[in-house]
Amino acid sequence: MSEQEYTPKSKAGKWFNDRLPLLTLGAHLTDYPTPKNLNYWWTFGGILTFCLITQIVTGIVLAMHYVAHADLAFASVEHIMRDVNYGWLIRYIHSNGASMFFLAVYIHIFRSLFYGSYKSPREVIWIIGLMIYLLMMAAAFMGYVLPWGQMSFWGATVITNLFSAIPLVGDSITTWLWGAYSVDNPTLNRFFSLHYLIPFLILGLVVLHIWALHVPGNNNPVGIDIKKPSKDTVPFHPYITIKDAFALLVFMIIFAGFVFFTPNVLGHSDNYIPANPLVTPAHIVPEWYLLPFYAILRSVPDKLGGVILMFSAIFILFVLPWLDTSKVRSAVFRPIYRQFFWILVIDVLMLGYVGAMPAEGIYLVLARVGTIYYFLHFIVVMPVVGYLEKTDPIPMSISEPVLTGGAEPSLARKINDKV
Amino acid sequence: MSKEEKKVNRRDFLFTASYTVGAVGVGAVIWPMIDQMNPDKAQQALATTEVDISNIEPGKSITVLWRGKPVFLKRRTPEEIAEARAVNMDDLPDPQKDEDRVKEGKDEWLVMLGVCTHLGCVPLKDKGDFNGWFCPCHGSHYDVSGRIRKGPAPTNMEIPKFEFVNSNTIKIG
Repeated sequence: MSEQEYTPKSKAGKWFNDRLPLLTLGAHLTDYPTPKNLNYWWTFGGILTFCLITQIVTGIVLAMHYVAHADLAFASVEHIMRDVNYGWLIRYIHSNGASMFFLAVYIHIFRSLFYGSYKSPREVIWIIGLMIYLLMMAAAFMGYVLPWGQMSFWGATVITNLFSAIPLVGDSITTWLWGAYSVDNPTLNRFFSLHYLIPFLILGLVVLHIWALHVPGNNNPVGIDIKKPSKDTVPFHPYITIKDAFALLVFMIIFAGFVFFTPNVLGHSDNYIPANPLVTPAHIVPEWYLLPFYAILRSVPDKLGGVILMFSAIFILFVLPWLDTSKVRSAVFRPIYRQFFWILVIDVLMLGYVGAMPAEGIYLVLARVGTIYYFLHFIVVMPVVGYLEKTDPIPMSISEPVLTGGAEPSLARKINDKV
Repeated sequence: MSKEEKKVNRRDFLFTASYTVGAVGVGAVIWPMIDQMNPDKAQQALATTEVDISNIEPGKSITVLWRGKPVFLKRRTPEEIAEARAVNMDDLPDPQKDEDRVKEGKDEWLVMLGVCTHLGCVPLKDKGDFNGWFCPCHGSHYDVSGRIRKGPAPTNMEIPKFEFVNSNTIKIG
């Protein structure tokens, strides 16, 4: 990828690099030409890496004190909170860290949607990213089961029962997932095992995600292809690293705010009641980051239909690069799509809100309207708007609007189209 | 050409044979890895539960745990039985006669899995629009026979395999 050959300065460095070119990789990552106009929405990649490492480190530590057994799990979590040195801090970082991870990933995904980062030639980056997102949801769900409180138990019951909607083999699959005839100790045990595994799978996919990113290079707010390296790029270090570091600091302040001042605000108080297979809590709600999908599930009055629609809501994102017919990447130059983008943002937020409310009355109506729009946005709006929309003129380079005051942008666009 | 084909065929056979043996080998290793997740012998050993029902008054019900799931045992009053049998089959999303949900001659005993057939929550008794059970999770209403009447659940609450060991004891499973 990096055009210029790299030679380590020290003799030892050269000796090692000839045998394993790690230093060449380091130099590539340092010099990696990055668009100079990246805004703060581009700092979430670094923030997400930080979140993943935080979850892995705190998780490994928690696993030293946690006991994955139905009779002991709840007590061991309380033991962590009360007896283990700084256990309360580590657990609160881990539980709030999951929420912060999702907050960052949603911003990261919507950044991609706004600036068209999922489009050619970055489809593979997008798909790997979605796989990471799916694994994140699986890890978060299983992690929420581990404290073995009421929400853990009944959340696990409801989610695993989704698979019982599959015709013919549904019940066998559910029993297989449980390892019992209901959510029970074998379920807890295997969820712990998988919860420990998944973050490392995510780590591997993150490496592929970044590798795939470094082939075409970063998209940018203007969304045009740029020459690398050129007047339009800056080296990753120190320009981007310092910007990422600043954004990360701000993010960590918010994170710390949750951990130290309202550590339980994003959780559910019912999870401080030990699991009881005889009593279902009055309102079962998933964690906030899964609420939009939960709203879609409940908006359908049919069991199998609801499950299919909920999974479709995620899997439709995998074909997004081919549903979007617009040649222009950035919504900055797409006046119509830009408005639909914000409608989608509001739609998803609304689905999240009604997902937390009881499924009746006005909430059910809103959930159905929201679900219909969600699918319309991807299946109808994206292909049709991309086809019909008259886009604004796009600049020839990132520097152009600054250096020439944006003169003759239409000419610039013609040239750019040819390139 | 035909000579070459012969050679290729011989090699093809070896490849196909190797792949087949390999696939069988891989399958033989994968199956134990999958099947280990199914309920183990300790779980299967919990497959039956005996319940003493001598203390249950008419109109009352108890809940017992069987295979980690709640089972409702309700001793129904004659009025409740009559109400369950008066229902028009056309009003039921999953039509089933009340007679088919109880043991003949023991009509007052309704024994069923207390698990909502939607997503597995435990319905609350004496609630809902049909005098039976109501699931708080996603709003399914069941009648006095445990049959689904309204809401997202697709089927009636399940009747487990059970028998009367004697007049005071029920064996579930």
